[in-house]
Amino acid sequence: MKPPDFTYHAPETVPDVLGLLATLENARLLAGGQSLMPMLAMRFAFPDHVIDLNRVAALGFIEHHGATLRIGAMTRQRDLLNHPAIRRHVPLLTEALAHVGHRQTRNRGTIGGSLCHLDPAAELVSVATALDAVIEIAGPSGTRDVPMAAFPLGYMTPSIGPDELVTAIRIPLPPAGHGAGFLEFSRRHGDFAIVSAAALLTRNSSGRIASAVITLGGVGAVPLRLAEAEASLIGETPTAPAFARAAAAARGIDAMEDALIPAWYRTRLAVTLTGRALAAAAARLS
Amino acid sequence: MTRKVTLTVNGTVRSASLPDRKTLADLLRQDLGLTGTHLGCETGLCGACTILLDGRAVRSCLMLAVQAEGHSIITVEGLAPSATELHPLQQAFCDEHALQCGFCTPGLLTTLVEFLHDVPDPSAAEIREAISGNLCRCTGYDTIVKATLSAAARMRAP
Repeated sequence: MKPPDFTYHAPETVPDVLGLLATLENARLLAGGQSLMPMLAMRFAFPDHVIDLNRVAALGFIEHHGATLRIGAMTRQRDLLNHPAIRRHVPLLTEALAHVGHRQTRNRGTIGGSLCHLDPAAELVSVATALDAVIEIAGPSGTRDVPMAAFPLGYMTPSIGPDELVTAIRIPLPPAGHGAGFLEFSRRHGDFAIVSAAALLTRNSSGRIASAVITLGGVGAVPLRLAEAEASLIGETPTAPAFARAAAAARGIDAMEDALIPAWYRTRLAVTLTGRALAAAAARLS
Repeated sequence: MTRKVTLTVNGTVRSASLPDRKTLADLLRQDLGLTGTHLGCETGLCGACTILLDGRAVRSCLMLAVQAEGHSIITVEGLAPSATELHPLQQAFCDEHALQCGFCTPGLLTTLVEFLHDVPDPSAAEIREAISGNLCRCTGYDTIVKATLSAAARMRAP
């Protein structure tokens, strides 16, 4: 099908975008278009106005300051995937990006678009949760920061007002020497994750686990941090028995069910992938 | 709303007046007569409509025509260097029987032209991942991978 009728706007600055959002009724922001365009074609969305962000040059950047990576909301997934500083300092992001859609969709798709679309299976949503990213949002009364943990209000519902715009994402760099692992199970490469697991580990001077992060994507309405399993790993030696005990915590998750995938299947995948993601992270500790 | 769009297609500056909601794929096919770009699903799943936008492979059904204002586009019609000579990848597809019904071919060619530019010496596994967003319902993937390997070797040759 074809998109419904709407009026197209192509502002070039953030204030101009905010001005349009403040005055237009029933407007949608168009980022990379890899989700909104299909939603228009399938007539899931009927905006009267489409505000294209692709001409807002100030929204596309990758900055690396000290212990923080700051990424403009309109930065293409392809440019993140190929960025050497991201590969070196946040390998979890690079590893996850390789699973985001396909070459053609990463060439257009943006990090801000993916986070705002907030698909429960989206790799970038899951990784932003694992990395404790901070979302920068501009609105009529200035800018505000929202921690990723508070960004999803529910299923595909980000904490953004109708007159607001996500401008950037800040990622605190995990400490040097950390280990990261990202694993995903889907029917074909690039398909939506049935389950994804992201793990981050750091080690103290005596070789024991100093911090652990486990995030599951695709299992619930929003990415799930296994906080108790994370806490249980601290002080343990990074070896298979500890990882098996932590992964067993995923048995207690309340997994989604859909027409193709029963909840018990997602739960079993979550346990297996959690163990494997932790093992992959441990193998990369240095 | 209707507006005029000017863009470069296969090296030539072209203009058209069209409604805001029209996709880039429909601009190419309906207004410019370039029907080599195929439309399978129109929802970004099949990859048949892939074109090169400023050198990058993108799905033309997932872009509005108005967004292409000022950009440079290469479609499958623009891959061959002349009217009598095929692009090495097109020639390899021909030689290795990498097209059956031919519906997915334009999207595969444009996707793989960009891929071979980025990865001149790929493995078969890398090729399979590169074309994961292109559906061939004749399921002729083996010959597509073979053709790509052979085109890559030919294009690397001095």
